[in-house]
Amino acid sequence: MSALQIKKGSTKHSAYNLRPTFSDVIETHTLAVLVDNEAGVLARVIGLFSGRGYNIDSLTVAEVDHTGHLSRITIVTRGTPQVIEQIKAQLGRIVPVHRVHDLTVEGPSVERELALLKVSGAGDKRVEALRLADIFRANVVDSTLDSFVFEITGAPEKIDAFADLMRPLGLIEMARTGVAALSRGSNS
Amino acid sequence: MARQMTGAKMVVQALKDQGVDTVFGYPGGAVLPIYDEVFQQNDIKHVLVRHEQGAVHAAEGYARSTGKPGVVLVTSGPGATNAVTGLADALLDSIPLVVLTGQVPTFMIGSDGFQEADTVGITRPCTKHNWLVKETNALSPTLHEAFHVATTGRPGPVLIDIPKDVQFATGTYTAPVKGGSKRYQPQVKGDMQAITALVDALETAKKPIFYTGGGVINSGDAASQLLRELVDATGFPITSTLMGLGAYPASGKNWLGMLGMHGLYEANMAMHGCDLMINIGARFDDRITGRTDAFSPHSIKAHIDIDPSSINKVIHVDIPIVGDVAHVLEDMLKVWKSRGRKTNADGLAKWWKQIEEWKAVNCLTYKNSDKIIKPQYALQRLEALTKRHDRYITTEVGQHQMWAAQFLHFDDPNRWMTSGGLGTMGYGFPASIGVQMAHPDALVINVAGEASWLMNMQEMGTAMQYRLPVKQFILNNERLGMVRQWQQLLHGERYSSSWSEALPDFVKLAEAFGAKGIQCKDPADLEDAIMEMINYDGPVIFDCLVEKHENCFPMIPSGEPHNKMLLGDASTKDAIKEGGAVLV
Ligand SMILES: Cc1ncc(C[n+]2csc(CCOP(=O)(O)OP(=O)(O)O)c2C)c(N)n1
Ligand SMILES: [Mg+2]
Repeated sequence: MSALQIKKGSTKHSAYNLRPTFSDVIETHTLAVLVDNEAGVLARVIGLFSGRGYNIDSLTVAEVDHTGHLSRITIVTRGTPQVIEQIKAQLGRIVPVHRVHDLTVEGPSVERELALLKVSGAGDKRVEALRLADIFRANVVDSTLDSFVFEITGAPEKIDAFADLMRPLGLIEMARTGVAALSRGSNS
Repeated sequence: MARQMTGAKMVVQALKDQGVDTVFGYPGGAVLPIYDEVFQQNDIKHVLVRHEQGAVHAAEGYARSTGKPGVVLVTSGPGATNAVTGLADALLDSIPLVVLTGQVPTFMIGSDGFQEADTVGITRPCTKHNWLVKETNALSPTLHEAFHVATTGRPGPVLIDIPKDVQFATGTYTAPVKGGSKRYQPQVKGDMQAITALVDALETAKKPIFYTGGGVINSGDAASQLLRELVDATGFPITSTLMGLGAYPASGKNWLGMLGMHGLYEANMAMHGCDLMINIGARFDDRITGRTDAFSPHSIKAHIDIDPSSINKVIHVDIPIVGDVAHVLEDMLKVWKSRGRKTNADGLAKWWKQIEEWKAVNCLTYKNSDKIIKPQYALQRLEALTKRHDRYITTEVGQHQMWAAQFLHFDDPNRWMTSGGLGTMGYGFPASIGVQMAHPDALVINVAGEASWLMNMQEMGTAMQYRLPVKQFILNNERLGMVRQWQQLLHGERYSSSWSEALPDFVKLAEAFGAKGIQCKDPADLEDAIMEMINYDGPVIFDCLVEKHENCFPMIPSGEPHNKMLLGDASTKDAIKEGGAVLV
């Protein structure tokens, strides 16, 4: 039947840009949500996720356009393709939401996160921590005789790897910003 | 045109500019400035309800029966929390409402002030959108945006929380802008490629069916007209959800009746067996689909919906069309006509033959009695005696609601007001008040169960005060009938708390309010009693004592597909399997 032969994504304004949703595979997607920076908007987004039982792996938010009062919320979430499509459609329903971008399917993108790690130790461990920090291009932003605070930027996996290495060397505290992400290329 | 005025005055001015004629509400400290303004004008009628939940349901009845947004005004704290059930109800049934709540003054917010509640926090998940207005200058644009958001796209309830100091302060009033707020403009035109794909499917389908819902009614009269044209021109059968009754006339020759858990056999069987399902403004609710993995297994499914999140939410569809029903149907008819109005005549003839066989099962048959009034019989008499009237029906929630949907027939949209999505007992009585306010000369009947009716019976005071001749037709089975039915079928006939004990004498209750009470228990007296109710010029409580243990059939047991419908008591033994028992 011809109805089924329409190419997914062939039109901008119909639900045809939905991807097939039969799969049970759990995917991780990074969504960029452009919203009016008004009171309660973050609560709406978070309330949507908790109310409908969706996952949030990471969430960052900040105003990105001060004159237009627009904020960008970057959400890393997990689910089957059907759930991911639901999440995007539900986000799109929120009145102050302008646009929802799925960076995972809309072509290549870059993702970065910043983390601060406090590592305490002495002797060999301290030397080893410093050596590894150098390999990971982490900066020392605070130092005492028995501790460092490292600053590291990178994809979330790089930060995970660095934290795993620091753990046996005396990692005592960590703060992470969550993911910021942009699509590659000249389009917004 | 900008003018200086107080926030309270702005509220009333904005309501006038939005064409509001009726507000349902209840005063309190945090809205006194607004009530003061309401007092000093005559354009907007204020209806004082007896409980804020009643105000919201009344506004829903008003909205549903007129196509206009319903407006509610209540105070902070308990006023707002009492309104929450109504908001949740309106959200699930896509009813446009603008609810105004008072709030403690801005400088007291967060201090646990008297009658302070986090109203926007509490109502965020049960409104389409809500606002806390902290400056008087922001008030009029917010009020206008609220009307726009409530009525545009998929309609729904919105709420504006207005602190008392914002009501007192003076600011600039701005009139509504044409076309509404720029930031919220849902797409109404459907994608032409998808519409063409649907026409392709429609031209060749052997076993098509239209499955329509409340979205057709929300889309407006044009949508119902276009739907009728489409159904009559194609000759396809049509069924509808509870919310969509009346969009296509029940007297129309292609009408199969309601579908779903208590829908008609022919409608459900046709849904199960079709090869093309055209969903127009419905949302594959679980009351409709039954078991989703066995739902209409052999059909191509098309779905027309203004809300993109409805598409593929429950059932995967092959032809999704995001748009307003009237716009999409118009385009669809245009394309179909321009291509020569083709349908698969042979296939259709066979399909109708099959449907006629299903119809012949006469699934609504029940065993009548000359000793006791059967609820179905009561509704058949009510139908016969009222169908020539300018009639509006509301219902409560339970067996009576399903019987009303089965046995009353609606030939026009906006005539049937019921709580579908949330299933709110206590909806019907206040809703009937809202309907009667909008249609003072019409015959407005609330088909009720005795238990549901008691949930908002305080609204008798409202009906009396405003001389609203609403008829409360109570099918009194002295049971929480629907609960009792489930306990019989699912819980080993252990009737845990499903008796309506200590019921009032409804006739005396009516008289205590100054209304008329009628009790009827003999089938032979029923017609005269109903006529007495219709002819009485004022509110009536009609206590119709019916069979206590009647079950509502057909029924698709939880966890089963459409073709596993139960038709009567004989077929119910062990019908619900363990897996189904966890479902509601
Ligand atoms: C506010 C609310 N509480 C509980 C329920 C669960 N419930 C559904 S139907 C029903 C019984 C309704 O009894 P009645 O109004 O007498 O109608 P009947 O089924 O007997 O016709 C109950 C308790 C509900 N739908 N709404
Ligand atoms: Mg009952």
